[in-house]
Amino acid sequence: MWFPRLASDRVLRTRPIEAPFALTLRQSNTERIHCLNARAEALGLHRAMSLADARAFCPDLVSRPAEPGRDARFLLALGRWAQRYCPWVGREGADGLVLDVTGSTHLWGGEEAMLEDMRARLARAGLELRLGLADTRGAAWALAHFGTGIAPVGQTRRALAPLPVAALRLDEAICTGLQRLGLRTVADLCTTPRAPLARRFGPALLARLDQALGDVAEAISPEADPPHFGLRLTFPDPIGLVSDVMAATARLLEPLCARLKAQGVGARRLELTLRRVDQGSQQVELRLAAAMRDAVRILPLFERGVAEVDAGFGIDQIRLEATLVEPLPVEQIGAIQARGAPDRLADLITRIGTRIGLENVQRYLPADSHIPERSFLIAPAAYSTPEGGWCSPRPRPLRLFPPEAIAGSGPQPPERFRWRRMSFATARATGPERIAPEWWLEDDNWRSGMRDYWRVETRQGRRLWLFYTPQDPGWFVQGEFA
Amino acid sequence: MSFHPLPSFPLRAGRVHEACGPAATGFAAIAAVMTGTPVLWVHEAWQADNLHPAGFLSFMNPSDLLLTRTGSQTDSLAVAEEALKDGALPFVVIEVTRPLNLREGRRLQLAAQAGGATGLCLIPEGMGSNAAETRWHAAPVFDPQDEDSTLMRWEIIKNKAGTLGAWHVRWNRETRRLHVVSPVGLRPGSADTPD
Repeated sequence: MWFPRLASDRVLRTRPIEAPFALTLRQSNTERIHCLNARAEALGLHRAMSLADARAFCPDLVSRPAEPGRDARFLLALGRWAQRYCPWVGREGADGLVLDVTGSTHLWGGEEAMLEDMRARLARAGLELRLGLADTRGAAWALAHFGTGIAPVGQTRRALAPLPVAALRLDEAICTGLQRLGLRTVADLCTTPRAPLARRFGPALLARLDQALGDVAEAISPEADPPHFGLRLTFPDPIGLVSDVMAATARLLEPLCARLKAQGVGARRLELTLRRVDQGSQQVELRLAAAMRDAVRILPLFERGVAEVDAGFGIDQIRLEATLVEPLPVEQIGAIQARGAPDRLADLITRIGTRIGLENVQRYLPADSHIPERSFLIAPAAYSTPEGGWCSPRPRPLRLFPPEAIAGSGPQPPERFRWRRMSFATARATGPERIAPEWWLEDDNWRSGMRDYWRVETRQGRRLWLFYTPQDPGWFVQGEFA
Repeated sequence: MSFHPLPSFPLRAGRVHEACGPAATGFAAIAAVMTGTPVLWVHEAWQADNLHPAGFLSFMNPSDLLLTRTGSQTDSLAVAEEALKDGALPFVVIEVTRPLNLREGRRLQLAAQAGGATGLCLIPEGMGSNAAETRWHAAPVFDPQDEDSTLMRWEIIKNKAGTLGAWHVRWNRETRRLHVVSPVGLRPGSADTPD
C-alpha cells in the first residue's frame, strides 16, 4: 500500500480545498514543497520546489506548513486500520504500509476483491492509494510505485521485467549509473552477468534484486503494540464512601504495579477516573516526584485527591491509568534498603506537590555566571538531581532582592544613607568588586552597564551589598549578608 | 574567643521555634547546619526577598536546600505541617507573613512532635505565637576589629523550658562552627576591661 500524497491528503481530509494545495517544509532556510495535491501537480509544480517559485507558477496556490510528526501518527493509525485485512502489518518508509496477506485473501473473496475493497474504503476516506500485490515484499513495492496491479503467484519475474530499475528500491546514484550502462529495465538487469555488476555497484544492488525476485528472504516486522497501563473495575452497586473507593483503588493498583514491573517501568503520573451513575466522571490526577511502582507506597498518596471527589449518587466504575511512565529497572533489595531516605523524601515531595503543584517544590542548581542573579538556576526538585560544583570566590549575601536605589554620589560608598526608611552610617566598606554585564545575553536589569559591588558594614549592624554603576552613576542595595 | 555551647541551642528537636529580627535568615541557616540537612524552606511565591544560594555556601551545601513556593500562608502552613509530620527532612523553615493563631501554632507543634523534625518560623517582629517553644531575636552587630565578620547578637526572648539570655555569636566559615564571643567592650585587652 503506497499513499503517494499522504501528508496533503491528511490535511485535506479535515478541510477540503478545491484549489491547488501544497504543504511546505523549511529546509536549509527555504520553504520547499513537501507534498502537494493532484491539481497542483497538474499545474506543473513538483516536490522540493521552493514555495516562492511555486507561487510564481500558480498564484492561487494554497499552502500550509507540513507536520511530519502528525503524518507519522496518521500512518500508524492507518496501520492499525489495515489489520482488518491481515494481522501482519508493517510500515514501509514514511508513506507506505506493507501487509503479509498470505492466507487471508480468501476471507475477502480473493486477491482482486480484497484490493478492490481497500481502494473503495480509502477512496471514501479521501486518500490516494497505489496498490501492489506480489510474492515478495520488494516486488509488491515495485508494483505499487511503478505500475499498479497483482503479480500472480510464481510470475514475479515476468511482472517486474518491464519496470524501470528504480523499482528495485535503489538509491539515486546506482540508478543513474545503471542507466549510463544502458540497463534501463529490470529485465535488462536480470540478463546481465552478476559478477561485474557486483564489482561496479557493490552488494546492495544484487541484494535488492534478489529480494524482489524472492531469492533472498525479506521479513515484515509489524509494529509492536505499545504496553497499556490502564485497568478498570465496574461495580454491581454504586459506591460512595472514601474507604470503598480507596479499597477499589488498591485492587486496581496491585495488578497495575505488577504490569509496570513486568515492563521495567515506573509510573510518574497516574490518573484515576471515577464514573458516577449519572454518567458524569471525575478525575483524580497524581503526579509522583519519582518513578514508582510500589502499590503500598502509592495508595496513601491518592487519599487527598479521593477525599475531594464528589461522589454524587454513587460511583459505578473506576479506571486507573498510568498516563506517564519512566524506565525504572529492577534493583537489588539490599540497594533499595540503603537508599531508604531518598524514597521517603520523594514521597514527601509528592504529597506536598499534590497540594501546591509539583513544579513549586524546587531546588537550586549551580550555573556558570558571574552575574549574581544568574549564578544559580531554580529547578523543580522532582525533575532534577542535586548537583555539586558550587563555588564563590568571595562571600555572597544570604538574601538577594531586586536593586533598590539609595541616595549617593561618587564611586565611594556614601557615608550615610537611608534604605527602607532606616538610616545607616557606613562603618566599613569592602570593595569594589567589578562585575561586567554579559553582553551576549539581553538583560534589562543590566542596561546601566557594569557594577562595582561593595560590602558595606554599617554602624547599626546590618551588612549590606551595595553597588555603584559608574556608567550611569547611581547607588543601589541588592542584598544583605548574614 | 572560646566555644561555649549556648543553652537551648541547637534548637530542641520535635518542636517549632521562632526567630525574628534583621539577622533571622542567618540564624535559620546556622540552626539548620546544627540540626542537620537537607532543609525545607517554605516561602510564599510573591515574596521578593529571595535566598541567594551562593550566600549559603559558607553554611551548607546549597544543594541540600529544598524550596517550596506556595500561593498563600495557608498553603505554607499545610506544606510545613506535612513535612514536619513526615520527618524525612530534619529541619523546616517557614517564612510567616501574618501572625499564627493558637490553633495553627499548636498544629505545627503537634506535627513536629509526631515527626521528630525541628521547625523554625521566621516571623516579622512582634508576631510571635503562643505555641512556640523558643523565640529568638537575631540582629547583626558591627565588629570593629574583624573584617568580614558575622558577629550577631542573639537574644532568646521566649523560652518554655529554660531561662532567657543574650549572647554575641560569630560564625566561622572555614570550620563551620559557631563561636560565642564576649561583647566587644568587655573583651580582654580592650580599653575599658574591668579587672
